Amino acid sequence: MSEDQLYFFYDLFQYLLNGICQGSIYALIALGYTMVYGIIKLINFAHGEFYMIGAFTGYYCIKSGMPLLYAFPIAMLFSGIMAVIVEKLAYKPIRHAGRIPALITALGVSFFFQYFGQMVLGAAPKPFPETYEDYNLLEKFGITEIIFTKTQAIIIVSTVVLMLFLRWLVMSTKVGKAMRATSFNKDASELMGINTDRIISFTFFIGASMAGAAGVLVGIYYNTIDPMMGLIPGLKAFIAAVLGGIGIIPGAVLGGLVLGVVENLVVGFWESTYRDVVSFGILILILLVKPTGLLGTKSKEKV
Amino acid sequence: MDYLAHLTLNCGIFIILAVSLNLINGMAGQFSLGHAGFWAIGAYTGAAFSTFAPLPIPDWMNLLVGCGVGGISASIAGVLIGIPCLRLRGDYLAIATLGFSEIIRLIIINMDVVGGPRGFTNIPKWANLGWVYLWVVITILVISNLMKGTHGRAIISIREDEIAAESLGINTFKYKLLAFVVGSGFAGVAGALFAYSQQFIHPNGFNFLWSVIILLMIILGGLGSITGAVVGAIILTLLPEVLRLMGPTISEWRMVIYSLLLILLMLWRPQGIFGKHEFKIFSLIKRLKT
Repeated sequence: MSEDQLYFFYDLFQYLLNGICQGSIYALIALGYTMVYGIIKLINFAHGEFYMIGAFTGYYCIKSGMPLLYAFPIAMLFSGIMAVIVEKLAYKPIRHAGRIPALITALGVSFFFQYFGQMVLGAAPKPFPETYEDYNLLEKFGITEIIFTKTQAIIIVSTVVLMLFLRWLVMSTKVGKAMRATSFNKDASELMGINTDRIISFTFFIGASMAGAAGVLVGIYYNTIDPMMGLIPGLKAFIAAVLGGIGIIPGAVLGGLVLGVVENLVVGFWESTYRDVVSFGILILILLVKPTGLLGTKSKEKV
Repeated sequence: MDYLAHLTLNCGIFIILAVSLNLINGMAGQFSLGHAGFWAIGAYTGAAFSTFAPLPIPDWMNLLVGCGVGGISASIAGVLIGIPCLRLRGDYLAIATLGFSEIIRLIIINMDVVGGPRGFTNIPKWANLGWVYLWVVITILVISNLMKGTHGRAIISIREDEIAAESLGINTFKYKLLAFVVGSGFAGVAGALFAYSQQFIHPNGFNFLWSVIILLMIILGGLGSITGAVVGAIILTLLPEVLRLMGPTISEWRMVIYSLLLILLMLWRPQGIFGKHEFKIFSLIKRLKT
């Protein structure tokens, strides 16, 4: 193999690695989208904002001298609680009015958090405090051509842990069973004695805390946070959720990883300014070719 | 005086945008979140026409040609986007149109001919108040007459129940596309007028936020009401200026107030000011007489 080819493969491997990191963050946000959509058929436009809230909670926790290990669950908890408050105040009263009013409310909530955040926290980007020394893990094995930092390892490990936790929660607990029942048929599960209102709130809580975790991870990965940070990753995570099949939990993970890898390949081998064009293109392509997503099954609308 | 004229002009442009979006969202019931994309296409093609290929005719004729160019290119984009997208429904359609409008904006940012990220400068000032309001009148007349006829009834039937309309033999796709193309065409005209009055346009001036603000205008006025769209556009164009008069703090919180307004409107009066009804001056006078 010639040297050029070797370097091509180093590059490829590097972009794949970066893509998986980026993709795990998308996947974490997409999980919340997909769970909320699965249960009340609402595209929660404000979901990206819970990710922003998580990042800022983490920022202020670490600034006040807390270690990362404690800041992480606090950020998750706080964004979860915010999501439950939003659900109770804004989404619940409008749930019966149909899907479009709910979508517009979600847009309103999203803008509210963005601009309220700008006014209260300041519009300028903030540097995320460093809590540990970042280094290339592969250097120990004598590899310097590919960079795999400690931060990237933390991102991948915590994403995997959170996803396994979510899978356990949804598949093997009573709450999870109730969530699945509610998303399958809300009225019937109400008749079976499930408090669907509480289950919906709980779904919002779990989804938003996943997004909050993603916010802290992005903070330590890119070292900068700002109140508008939720907009683009929120849309990207939505694309990921649609790509995998909205309402399907493994689909969100798959979609997030695919999107992250594709974006990084575009940045690496084409042009970075086309990154967003390509991801929106993927969204439109999947909506046209298979609107139910990669893992979705077809269903016909009935009168 | 200059300030007031500028405000009135902006009102006119937003009236065209709101009335045309109302045709798509309110009349046909196809939830589009990408109106700013068509606005951008109209603005950029109009501006490109005036800068690169103005015809050797008086300015006012060039203005009309430029508006035509902007409108036609936006409606061609409407056909190209509408044919694939209009198969989707409800929130999926909203997301797909949002995606397309973002793609349009990102492509413009990457096009160096029209200034790219620096914006398009030195556009001739062809438009004035009279021309803008001429187009406002044309837009309202075309759309309200369209709604009065067979086509309009068919479009409304799609909003009410698409499956029922289809079973009555209405070619739903054709009428959805008609509404979409006419709506995006007028958005393009508004874009060209915007370019000729502002003399400077920037791709970020047509971002997702503006799609939402135009949407807010028609929701405030009442989805499906032309008079509602006009009133909504006027209120939301004047509101930031009124807030500015109330002091710098309130003006800074403008966007927070907008978003709260949107949420509260959905909670208290989801049908907007007018609902689906039109405000008719003659029937009001008749009612007052009796």
